[in-house]
Amino acid sequence: MSGSIFTSSIGKKMFMSISGCILVLFLTFHMCMNLALVFSDAAYNAICGFLGANWYAVAATAVLALVIVLHIALAIVLTLQNRKARGSIRYRANAHENGVEWSSKNMLVLGFVVLLGLIFHLVHFWYKMMFTELMGAHEVAIGAAMVAPTDGAAIVRYYFAQWPYLLLYLVWFAGIWFHLTHGVWSMMHSLGLNSKVWFKRMKCISTIVATIIIGGFALCAIVLFLQGNGILPNPLF
Amino acid sequence: MNLTLEIWRQPNAKAEGKFETYVVKDVSTESSFLEMLDILNNQLIHEGKEPVAFDHDCREGICGACSLRINGHAHGPESEVTTCQLHMRNFKDGDKIVIEPWRSRAFPVIKDLVVDRTAYETILQAGGFVSVNTGGVPDANAIPIAKDDAEESMDAAACIGCGACAATCKNGSAMLFVAARVSSLAKLPQGQVEGARRAKAMVAKMDELGFGNCTNTGACQAECPKGITINHIARLNREYLKAKFRS
Ligand code: HEM
Ligand code: FES
Repeated sequence: MSGSIFTSSIGKKMFMSISGCILVLFLTFHMCMNLALVFSDAAYNAICGFLGANWYAVAATAVLALVIVLHIALAIVLTLQNRKARGSIRYRANAHENGVEWSSKNMLVLGFVVLLGLIFHLVHFWYKMMFTELMGAHEVAIGAAMVAPTDGAAIVRYYFAQWPYLLLYLVWFAGIWFHLTHGVWSMMHSLGLNSKVWFKRMKCISTIVATIIIGGFALCAIVLFLQGNGILPNPLF
Repeated sequence: MNLTLEIWRQPNAKAEGKFETYVVKDVSTESSFLEMLDILNNQLIHEGKEPVAFDHDCREGICGACSLRINGHAHGPESEVTTCQLHMRNFKDGDKIVIEPWRSRAFPVIKDLVVDRTAYETILQAGGFVSVNTGGVPDANAIPIAKDDAEESMDAAACIGCGACAATCKNGSAMLFVAARVSSLAKLPQGQVEGARRAKAMVAKMDELGFGNCTNTGACQAECPKGITINHIARLNREYLKAKFRS
Protein backbone atom coordinates (compact mmCIF):
# COMPACT_ATOMS: atom_id res chain seq x y z
CA MET A 1 0.00 0.00 0.00
CA SER A 2 2.56 2.54 1.03
CA GLY A 3 5.55 1.85 -1.20
CA SER A 4 9.24 1.73 -0.42
CA ILE A 5 11.12 4.33 1.57
CA PHE A 6 13.70 4.47 -1.24
CA THR A 7 11.20 5.74 -3.77
CA SER A 8 8.99 7.90 -1.55
CA SER A 9 9.45 11.67 -1.55
CA ILE A 10 10.28 11.88 2.15
CA GLY A 11 12.57 8.85 1.90
CA LYS A 12 14.59 10.44 -0.89
CA LYS A 13 14.83 13.62 1.14
CA MET A 14 16.13 11.55 4.05
CA PHE A 15 18.97 10.21 1.92
CA MET A 16 19.62 13.73 0.60
CA SER A 17 19.81 14.91 4.17
CA ILE A 18 22.08 12.11 5.44
CA SER A 19 24.47 12.45 2.50
CA GLY A 20 24.50 16.24 2.98
CA CYS A 21 25.21 15.75 6.67
CA ILE A 22 28.20 13.48 5.95
CA LEU A 23 29.53 16.10 3.51
CA VAL A 24 29.11 18.83 6.13
CA LEU A 25 31.03 16.74 8.68
CA PHE A 26 33.75 16.12 6.12
CA LEU A 27 34.00 19.84 5.32
CA THR A 28 34.30 20.59 9.04
CA PHE A 29 37.17 18.13 9.36
CA HIS A 30 38.84 19.43 6.19
CA MET A 31 38.60 23.02 7.43
CA CYS A 32 40.20 22.13 10.79
CA MET A 33 42.98 20.33 8.97
CA ASN A 34 43.63 23.38 6.78
CA LEU A 35 43.86 25.59 9.84
CA ALA A 36 46.86 23.53 10.91
CA LEU A 37 48.68 24.89 7.88
CA VAL A 38 48.20 28.43 9.13
CA PHE A 39 50.20 27.52 12.23
CA SER A 40 52.71 24.95 11.07
CA ASP A 41 53.76 23.34 7.81
CA ALA A 42 55.09 20.35 9.71
CA ALA A 43 51.77 19.76 11.49
CA TYR A 44 49.91 19.99 8.19
CA ASN A 45 52.27 17.56 6.50
CA ALA A 46 51.92 15.18 9.44
CA ILE A 47 48.13 15.15 8.95
CA CYS A 48 48.64 14.69 5.21
CA GLY A 49 50.88 11.77 6.13
CA PHE A 50 48.01 10.07 7.95
CA LEU A 51 45.81 10.63 4.93
CA GLY A 52 48.21 9.47 2.27
CA ALA A 53 48.58 5.95 0.91
CA ASN A 54 46.83 4.13 3.80
CA TRP A 55 43.98 1.70 3.53
CA TYR A 56 41.83 3.80 5.87
CA ALA A 57 42.44 7.00 3.93
CA VAL A 58 41.58 5.22 0.70
CA ALA A 59 38.47 3.66 2.29
CA ALA A 60 37.31 7.04 3.60
CA THR A 61 37.88 8.62 0.19
CA ALA A 62 35.83 5.88 -1.45
CA VAL A 63 32.97 6.37 1.01
CA LEU A 64 33.11 10.11 0.44
CA ALA A 65 33.03 9.65 -3.34
CA LEU A 66 30.02 7.36 -2.99
CA VAL A 67 28.22 9.88 -0.79
CA ILE A 68 28.86 12.71 -3.26
CA VAL A 69 27.61 10.62 -6.15
CA LEU A 70 24.47 9.70 -4.18
CA HIS A 71 23.90 13.35 -3.21
CA ILE A 72 24.25 14.58 -6.79
CA ALA A 73 22.22 11.75 -8.32
CA LEU A 74 19.37 12.33 -5.87
CA ALA A 75 19.61 16.10 -6.39
CA ILE A 76 19.09 15.59 -10.12
CA VAL A 77 16.28 13.04 -9.70
CA LEU A 78 14.44 15.26 -7.18
CA THR A 79 14.82 18.39 -9.30
CA LEU A 80 13.59 16.67 -12.46
CA GLN A 81 10.54 15.24 -10.64
CA ASN A 82 9.84 18.65 -9.15
CA ARG A 83 9.98 20.43 -12.49
CA LYS A 84 7.56 17.89 -13.89
CA ALA A 85 5.21 18.35 -10.93
CA ARG A 86 5.20 22.12 -11.49
CA GLY A 87 3.49 21.55 -14.84
CA SER A 88 4.32 22.81 -18.29
CA ILE A 89 2.77 26.29 -18.09
CA ARG A 90 4.67 28.91 -16.10
CA TYR A 91 2.99 31.71 -14.20
CA ARG A 92 2.97 35.04 -16.00
CA ALA A 93 3.22 37.13 -12.83
CA ASN A 94 5.67 36.25 -10.08
CA ALA A 95 6.25 37.91 -6.74
CA HIS A 96 8.64 37.29 -3.89
CA GLU A 97 7.17 35.16 -1.13
CA ASN A 98 7.92 36.47 2.35
CA GLY A 99 10.85 34.90 4.16
CA VAL A 100 11.95 32.60 1.34
CA GLU A 101 15.75 32.35 1.10
CA TRP A 102 17.31 32.75 -2.32
CA SER A 103 19.54 29.72 -1.74
CA SER A 104 16.59 27.46 -1.00
CA LYS A 105 15.30 28.01 -4.52
CA ASN A 106 18.69 27.60 -6.17
CA MET A 107 20.16 24.54 -4.49
CA LEU A 108 20.84 22.68 -7.73
CA VAL A 109 22.56 25.65 -9.36
CA LEU A 110 24.63 26.20 -6.22
CA GLY A 111 25.33 22.47 -6.16
CA PHE A 112 26.76 22.66 -9.68
CA VAL A 113 28.95 25.60 -8.67
CA VAL A 114 30.17 23.41 -5.81
CA LEU A 115 30.72 20.51 -8.20
CA LEU A 116 32.71 22.59 -10.74
CA GLY A 117 34.91 23.89 -7.94
CA LEU A 118 35.29 20.37 -6.63
CA ILE A 119 36.52 19.01 -9.97
CA PHE A 120 39.02 21.89 -10.24
CA HIS A 121 40.11 21.30 -6.65
CA LEU A 122 40.57 17.54 -7.11
CA VAL A 123 42.58 17.98 -10.28
CA HIS A 124 45.19 20.24 -8.80
CA PHE A 125 45.34 19.14 -5.16
CA TRP A 126 43.96 15.67 -4.62
CA TYR A 127 45.54 14.35 -7.83
CA LYS A 128 48.95 15.80 -6.97
CA MET A 129 48.88 14.89 -3.29
CA MET A 130 46.96 11.66 -2.73
CA PHE A 131 46.63 10.09 -6.16
CA THR A 132 50.30 10.59 -7.13
CA GLU A 133 51.37 9.04 -3.85
CA LEU A 134 49.00 6.11 -4.36
CA MET A 135 50.54 5.53 -7.78
CA GLY A 136 53.92 5.24 -6.07
CA ALA A 137 55.55 8.34 -7.59
CA HIS A 138 57.99 10.23 -5.44
CA GLU A 139 57.92 13.57 -7.21
CA VAL A 140 55.26 15.75 -8.74
CA ALA A 141 55.65 18.83 -10.94
CA ILE A 142 54.50 22.04 -9.28
CA GLY A 143 55.14 24.89 -11.67
CA ALA A 144 58.80 24.56 -12.70
CA ALA A 145 59.85 22.66 -9.56
CA MET A 146 59.55 19.03 -8.52
CA VAL A 147 58.10 18.41 -5.06
CA ALA A 148 57.44 15.25 -3.04
CA PRO A 149 53.71 14.44 -3.03
CA THR A 150 53.97 14.08 0.76
CA ASP A 151 54.99 17.75 1.06
CA GLY A 152 51.37 18.96 0.96
CA ALA A 153 52.28 22.30 2.49
CA ALA A 154 54.62 23.19 -0.38
CA ILE A 155 52.05 22.22 -3.00
CA VAL A 156 49.24 24.21 -1.35
CA ARG A 157 51.45 27.23 -0.73
CA TYR A 158 52.57 27.29 -4.36
CA TYR A 159 48.99 27.67 -5.63
CA PHE A 160 47.61 30.01 -3.00
CA ALA A 161 50.42 32.50 -3.53
CA GLN A 162 48.79 33.30 -6.90
CA TRP A 163 45.79 35.66 -6.83
CA PRO A 164 43.74 33.97 -9.60
CA TYR A 165 43.69 30.79 -7.51
CA LEU A 166 42.74 32.71 -4.40
CA LEU A 167 39.92 34.44 -6.26
CA LEU A 168 38.55 31.21 -7.76
CA TYR A 169 38.61 29.55 -4.37
CA LEU A 170 36.82 32.47 -2.69
CA VAL A 171 34.07 32.32 -5.33
CA TRP A 172 33.78 28.59 -4.75
CA PHE A 173 33.60 29.14 -0.97
CA ALA A 174 30.81 31.67 -1.47
CA GLY A 175 28.86 29.07 -3.45
CA ILE A 176 29.28 26.48 -0.69
CA TRP A 177 28.33 29.07 1.94
CA PHE A 178 25.00 29.77 0.21
CA HIS A 179 24.41 26.02 -0.25
CA LEU A 180 25.03 25.44 3.45
CA THR A 181 23.02 28.35 4.87
CA HIS A 182 19.95 26.58 3.53
CA GLY A 183 21.35 23.05 3.59
CA VAL A 184 22.14 22.72 7.28
CA TRP A 185 18.71 23.61 8.66
CA SER A 186 16.99 21.92 5.72
CA MET A 187 18.77 18.65 6.48
CA MET A 188 17.47 18.75 10.07
CA HIS A 189 13.99 19.65 8.84
CA SER A 190 13.99 16.77 6.32
CA LEU A 191 14.74 14.33 9.14
CA GLY A 192 11.88 15.79 11.15
CA LEU A 193 14.25 17.35 13.67
CA ASN A 194 12.62 20.77 13.84
CA SER A 195 9.67 22.38 15.57
CA LYS A 196 7.85 25.62 16.28
CA VAL A 197 10.35 26.41 19.05
CA TRP A 198 13.46 25.38 17.11
CA PHE A 199 12.61 26.78 13.69
CA LYS A 200 14.29 30.18 14.06
CA ARG A 201 17.14 28.75 16.13
CA MET A 202 17.79 26.13 13.49
CA LYS A 203 18.06 28.76 10.74
CA CYS A 204 20.42 30.76 12.93
CA ILE A 205 22.55 27.70 13.70
CA SER A 206 22.63 26.96 9.98
CA THR A 207 24.08 30.38 9.16
CA ILE A 208 26.60 30.09 12.01
CA VAL A 209 27.77 26.62 10.94
CA ALA A 210 28.11 27.72 7.30
CA THR A 211 30.01 30.83 8.34
CA ILE A 212 32.41 28.96 10.65
CA ILE A 213 33.20 26.32 8.03
CA ILE A 214 33.58 28.73 5.12
CA GLY A 215 35.25 31.36 7.30
CA GLY A 216 37.91 28.81 8.29
CA PHE A 217 38.58 27.85 4.68
CA ALA A 218 38.69 31.47 3.53
CA LEU A 219 40.94 32.53 6.40
CA CYS A 220 43.41 29.81 5.54
CA ALA A 221 43.43 30.70 1.83
CA ILE A 222 43.91 34.41 2.53
CA VAL A 223 46.69 33.87 5.07
CA LEU A 224 48.50 31.61 2.61
CA PHE A 225 48.18 34.23 -0.12
CA LEU A 226 49.53 36.96 2.16
CA GLN A 227 52.42 34.75 3.31
CA GLY A 228 53.17 33.70 -0.25
CA ASN A 229 53.54 37.36 -1.20
CA GLY A 230 55.65 38.38 1.76
CA ILE A 231 52.93 40.45 3.42
CA LEU A 232 52.64 38.13 6.42
CA PRO A 233 55.59 36.21 7.91
CA ASN A 234 55.83 32.43 7.55
CA PRO A 235 55.59 30.94 10.12
CA LEU A 236 53.01 33.34 11.52
CA PHE A 237 54.22 33.08 15.12
CA MET B 1 -11.73 52.89 -9.55
CA ASN B 2 -10.83 51.62 -13.01
CA LEU B 3 -8.78 48.48 -13.52
CA THR B 4 -7.16 46.55 -16.33
CA LEU B 5 -7.39 42.80 -15.86
CA GLU B 6 -5.27 40.21 -17.60
CA ILE B 7 -7.14 36.95 -17.19
CA TRP B 8 -6.34 33.40 -18.30
CA ARG B 9 -9.10 32.15 -20.59
CA GLN B 10 -9.37 28.51 -21.53
CA PRO B 11 -12.68 27.10 -22.86
CA ASN B 12 -12.13 23.57 -21.50
CA ALA B 13 -9.54 21.16 -20.16
CA LYS B 14 -8.33 20.10 -23.60
CA ALA B 15 -8.24 23.49 -25.30
CA GLU B 16 -5.22 25.78 -25.32
CA GLY B 17 -5.64 28.82 -23.16
CA LYS B 18 -4.43 32.40 -23.46
CA PHE B 19 -4.53 35.69 -21.61
CA GLU B 20 -7.29 38.20 -22.43
CA THR B 21 -7.28 41.81 -21.32
CA TYR B 22 -10.42 43.43 -19.90
CA VAL B 23 -11.18 46.86 -18.51
CA VAL B 24 -13.62 47.23 -15.59
CA LYS B 25 -14.78 50.70 -14.63
CA ASP B 26 -16.19 52.29 -11.47
CA VAL B 27 -15.34 49.47 -9.10
CA SER B 28 -15.97 50.41 -5.47
CA THR B 29 -13.04 50.05 -3.08
CA GLU B 30 -15.59 48.50 -0.72
CA SER B 31 -16.28 45.55 -2.99
CA SER B 32 -14.51 42.25 -2.62
CA PHE B 33 -12.24 40.83 -5.28
CA LEU B 34 -14.83 38.25 -6.31
CA GLU B 35 -17.54 40.95 -6.49
CA MET B 36 -15.24 42.82 -8.85
CA LEU B 37 -15.10 39.67 -11.00
CA ASP B 38 -18.93 39.44 -10.77
CA ILE B 39 -19.09 42.98 -12.15
CA LEU B 40 -16.77 41.99 -15.00
CA ASN B 41 -18.91 38.94 -15.76
CA ASN B 42 -22.07 41.05 -15.81
CA GLN B 43 -20.38 43.31 -18.30
CA LEU B 44 -19.29 40.34 -20.43
CA ILE B 45 -22.80 38.82 -20.40
CA HIS B 46 -24.25 42.18 -21.56
CA GLU B 47 -21.72 42.23 -24.37
CA GLY B 48 -22.82 38.71 -25.34
CA LYS B 49 -19.47 37.23 -24.34
CA GLU B 50 -18.65 34.16 -22.26
CA PRO B 51 -18.26 35.09 -18.56
CA VAL B 52 -15.03 34.13 -16.74
CA ALA B 53 -15.36 30.90 -14.77
CA PHE B 54 -13.87 30.95 -11.25
CA ASP B 55 -14.37 28.88 -8.12
CA HIS B 56 -16.08 30.21 -5.00
CA ASP B 57 -18.59 29.06 -2.43
CA CYS B 58 -18.79 30.39 1.13
CA ARG B 59 -17.15 33.75 0.39
CA GLU B 60 -16.25 33.97 4.04
CA GLY B 61 -12.84 32.33 4.06
CA ILE B 62 -13.76 28.92 5.45
CA CYS B 63 -14.57 26.51 2.65
CA GLY B 64 -11.42 26.63 0.53
CA ALA B 65 -13.28 26.77 -2.79
CA CYS B 66 -11.85 30.08 -3.97
CA SER B 67 -8.38 30.12 -5.49
CA LEU B 68 -6.66 32.43 -8.05
CA ARG B 69 -3.09 33.57 -8.42
CA ILE B 70 -3.34 37.35 -8.31
CA ASN B 71 -0.30 39.42 -9.38
CA GLY B 72 2.01 36.55 -8.51
CA HIS B 73 0.50 35.75 -5.13
CA ALA B 74 -1.86 32.91 -4.24
CA HIS B 75 -5.07 34.56 -2.95
CA GLY B 76 -3.65 37.99 -3.74
CA PRO B 77 -1.22 40.36 -2.08
CA GLU B 78 -2.59 40.35 1.47
CA SER B 79 -1.18 37.74 3.81
CA GLU B 80 -3.43 35.19 5.52
CA VAL B 81 -6.46 36.21 3.47
CA THR B 82 -8.42 34.09 1.00
CA THR B 83 -9.37 35.54 -2.38
CA CYS B 84 -13.01 35.79 -1.29
CA GLN B 85 -11.96 37.90 1.71
CA LEU B 86 -9.67 40.13 -0.33
CA HIS B 87 -11.00 43.64 -0.87
CA MET B 88 -10.43 46.12 -3.64
CA ARG B 89 -9.06 48.67 -1.20
CA ASN B 90 -5.81 46.71 -1.55
CA PHE B 91 -5.54 47.95 -5.14
CA LYS B 92 -5.15 51.38 -6.67
CA ASP B 93 -7.07 53.11 -9.44
CA GLY B 94 -5.43 52.28 -12.78
CA ASP B 95 -3.82 49.06 -11.52
CA LYS B 96 -3.16 46.19 -13.88
CA ILE B 97 -4.05 42.88 -12.26
CA VAL B 98 -2.87 39.53 -13.63
CA ILE B 99 -5.25 36.71 -12.68
CA GLU B 100 -4.15 33.12 -13.28
CA PRO B 101 -5.45 29.68 -12.27
CA TRP B 102 -3.42 27.44 -9.92
CA ARG B 103 -0.65 25.85 -11.97
CA SER B 104 0.47 22.44 -10.88
CA ARG B 105 0.55 19.17 -12.78
CA ALA B 106 -1.79 17.59 -10.24
CA PHE B 107 -4.34 20.46 -10.60
CA PRO B 108 -5.36 20.51 -14.29
CA VAL B 109 -7.37 23.50 -15.51
CA ILE B 110 -11.02 22.63 -16.16
CA LYS B 111 -12.08 26.00 -17.51
CA ASP B 112 -10.64 29.53 -17.31
CA LEU B 113 -9.62 29.97 -13.67
CA VAL B 114 -11.18 26.77 -12.36
CA VAL B 115 -8.84 23.86 -11.64
CA ASP B 116 -9.55 20.28 -10.64
CA ARG B 117 -8.42 19.81 -7.04
CA THR B 118 -9.69 16.24 -6.71
CA ALA B 119 -6.09 15.19 -5.96
CA TYR B 120 -6.33 16.76 -2.49
CA GLU B 121 -9.57 14.87 -1.79
CA THR B 122 -7.93 11.65 -2.93
CA ILE B 123 -5.05 12.17 -0.49
CA LEU B 124 -7.56 12.79 2.32
CA GLN B 125 -9.44 9.62 1.47
CA ALA B 126 -6.16 7.70 1.79
CA GLY B 127 -5.93 8.46 5.49
CA GLY B 128 -6.84 11.99 6.54
CA PHE B 129 -9.53 10.83 8.95
CA VAL B 130 -10.14 9.19 12.31
CA SER B 131 -12.10 5.91 12.24
CA VAL B 132 -14.98 5.82 14.74
CA ASN B 133 -17.73 3.35 15.49
CA THR B 134 -21.20 4.69 14.96
CA GLY B 135 -23.19 5.45 18.08
CA GLY B 136 -23.51 8.34 20.44
CA VAL B 137 -21.10 11.25 20.11
CA PRO B 138 -18.49 10.96 22.88
CA ASP B 139 -18.12 13.86 25.29
CA ALA B 140 -15.49 16.26 23.93
CA ASN B 141 -13.89 16.66 27.34
CA ALA B 142 -13.77 12.96 28.21
CA ILE B 143 -10.11 12.74 27.10
CA PRO B 144 -7.87 15.38 28.65
CA ILE B 145 -5.56 17.08 26.13
CA ALA B 146 -2.76 19.50 27.03
CA LYS B 147 -3.54 23.05 25.95
CA ASP B 148 -0.36 23.42 23.86
CA ASP B 149 -1.15 20.22 21.97
CA ALA B 150 -4.75 21.22 21.41
CA GLU B 151 -3.63 24.61 20.10
CA GLU B 152 -1.01 23.23 17.75
CA SER B 153 -3.54 20.74 16.49
CA MET B 154 -6.07 23.51 15.90
CA ASP B 155 -3.45 25.65 14.10
CA ALA B 156 -2.96 22.80 11.64
CA ALA B 157 -6.68 22.06 11.43
CA ALA B 158 -7.22 25.60 10.11
CA CYS B 159 -6.18 24.29 6.67
CA ILE B 160 -9.04 24.69 4.21
CA GLY B 161 -7.44 22.56 1.48
CA CYS B 162 -7.56 25.37 -1.10
CA GLY B 163 -4.40 24.22 -2.90
CA ALA B 164 -2.46 27.49 -2.58
CA CYS B 165 0.55 25.59 -1.18
CA ALA B 166 1.01 23.22 -4.11
CA ALA B 167 0.15 26.02 -6.55
CA THR B 168 2.85 28.26 -5.06
CA CYS B 169 5.57 25.68 -4.45
CA LYS B 170 8.29 25.71 -7.10
CA ASN B 171 8.27 21.91 -6.76
CA GLY B 172 4.49 21.53 -7.02
CA SER B 173 4.60 19.81 -3.65
CA ALA B 174 1.51 19.14 -1.54
CA MET B 175 3.53 18.70 1.65
CA LEU B 176 2.03 21.65 3.54
CA PHE B 177 -1.48 20.31 2.99
CA VAL B 178 -0.59 16.73 3.92
CA ALA B 179 1.47 17.98 6.88
CA ALA B 180 -1.45 20.05 8.19
CA ARG B 181 -3.76 17.02 8.12
CA VAL B 182 -1.25 14.57 9.58
CA SER B 183 -0.03 17.05 12.18
CA SER B 184 -3.45 18.11 13.45
CA LEU B 185 -4.38 14.48 14.09
CA ALA B 186 -0.93 13.46 15.38
CA LYS B 187 -1.28 16.02 18.18
CA LEU B 188 -4.49 14.43 19.51
CA PRO B 189 -4.90 11.07 21.27
CA GLN B 190 -7.83 10.22 18.99
CA GLY B 191 -5.63 10.63 15.94
CA GLN B 192 -2.50 8.95 17.27
CA VAL B 193 -4.03 5.46 17.14
CA GLU B 194 -3.94 5.45 13.33
CA GLY B 195 -0.99 7.84 13.08
CA ALA B 196 1.56 5.53 11.46
CA ARG B 197 -0.88 4.13 8.91
CA ARG B 198 -2.13 7.62 8.08
CA ALA B 199 1.30 9.13 7.47
CA LYS B 200 2.38 6.27 5.22
CA ALA B 201 -0.87 6.14 3.24
CA MET B 202 -1.20 9.89 2.68
CA VAL B 203 2.44 10.34 1.62
CA ALA B 204 2.20 7.36 -0.74
CA LYS B 205 -0.96 8.80 -2.30
CA MET B 206 0.58 12.26 -2.60
CA ASP B 207 3.61 10.82 -4.43
CA GLU B 208 1.42 8.67 -6.66
CA LEU B 209 -0.68 11.65 -7.76
CA GLY B 210 2.36 13.43 -9.16
CA PHE B 211 3.03 16.12 -6.55
CA GLY B 212 6.68 17.13 -6.21
CA ASN B 213 9.22 16.68 -3.41
CA CYS B 214 9.43 19.34 -0.70
CA THR B 215 12.77 21.18 -0.56
CA ASN B 216 11.91 23.35 2.44
CA THR B 217 11.78 26.68 0.62
CA GLY B 218 8.88 27.88 2.78
CA ALA B 219 7.07 29.62 -0.10
CA CYS B 220 3.92 27.67 0.85
CA GLN B 221 3.74 29.05 4.37
CA ALA B 222 4.23 32.59 3.06
CA GLU B 223 1.23 32.23 0.76
CA CYS B 224 -1.07 30.04 2.88
CA PRO B 225 -4.27 31.97 3.61
CA LYS B 226 -4.57 30.17 6.94
CA GLY B 227 -1.01 30.73 8.15
CA ILE B 228 -0.11 27.03 8.34
CA THR B 229 3.64 26.83 9.00
CA ILE B 230 6.24 24.39 7.69
CA ASN B 231 6.90 23.26 11.26
CA HIS B 232 4.06 20.87 10.54
CA ILE B 233 6.14 19.53 7.63
CA ALA B 234 8.91 18.69 10.11
CA ARG B 235 6.34 16.77 12.14
CA LEU B 236 5.07 14.96 9.03
CA ASN B 237 8.67 13.96 8.16
CA ARG B 238 9.10 12.68 11.70
CA GLU B 239 5.79 10.78 11.72
CA TYR B 240 6.49 9.25 8.33
CA LEU B 241 10.08 8.19 9.00
CA LYS B 242 9.12 6.77 12.42
CA ALA B 243 6.26 4.82 10.88
CA LYS B 244 8.48 3.48 8.10
CA PHE B 245 11.27 2.36 10.43
CA ARG B 246 8.85 0.66 12.80
CA SER B 247 7.14 -1.40 10.13
C1 HEM C 1 30.63 20.05 -0.38
C2 HEM C 1 29.65 19.51 -0.94
C3 HEM C 1 28.20 19.55 -0.50
C4 HEM C 1 27.65 19.68 0.74
C5 HEM C 1 28.36 19.85 2.07
C6 HEM C 1 26.21 19.65 0.58
C7 HEM C 1 25.30 19.73 1.61
C8 HEM C 1 23.94 19.70 1.45
C9 HEM C 1 22.98 19.67 2.52
C10 HEM C 1 23.30 19.63 4.00
C11 HEM C 1 21.74 19.67 1.95
C12 HEM C 1 20.40 19.67 2.68
C13 HEM C 1 19.70 18.35 2.56
C14 HEM C 1 18.20 18.46 2.80
O1 HEM C 1 17.58 19.43 2.41
O2 HEM C 1 17.66 17.51 3.36
C15 HEM C 1 21.91 19.74 0.55
C16 HEM C 1 20.87 19.81 -0.36
C17 HEM C 1 21.04 19.84 -1.72
N1 HEM C 1 22.23 19.68 -2.41
FE1 HEM C 1 24.07 19.59 -1.58
N2 HEM C 1 25.91 19.52 -0.76
C18 HEM C 1 27.11 19.45 -1.45
C19 HEM C 1 27.28 19.30 -2.82
C20 HEM C 1 26.23 19.30 -3.73
C21 HEM C 1 26.40 19.10 -5.15
C22 HEM C 1 27.72 18.86 -5.86
C23 HEM C 1 25.13 19.17 -5.70
C24 HEM C 1 24.63 19.03 -7.11
C25 HEM C 1 25.25 19.09 -8.21
C26 HEM C 1 24.20 19.42 -4.63
C27 HEM C 1 22.85 19.60 -4.79
C28 HEM C 1 21.95 19.75 -3.76
C29 HEM C 1 20.52 19.98 -3.94
C30 HEM C 1 19.77 20.13 -5.27
C31 HEM C 1 19.97 20.04 -2.66
C32 HEM C 1 18.51 20.28 -2.32
C33 HEM C 1 17.79 18.99 -2.31
C34 HEM C 1 16.44 19.09 -1.70
O3 HEM C 1 16.20 19.97 -0.86
O4 HEM C 1 15.62 18.27 -2.04
N3 HEM C 1 24.90 19.48 -3.44
N4 HEM C 1 23.25 19.74 0.25
S1 FES D 1 -15.06 30.98 -1.12
FE1 FES D 1 -14.95 29.77 0.68
S2 FES D 1 -12.93 30.19 1.33
FE2 FES D 1 -13.13 31.57 -0.31
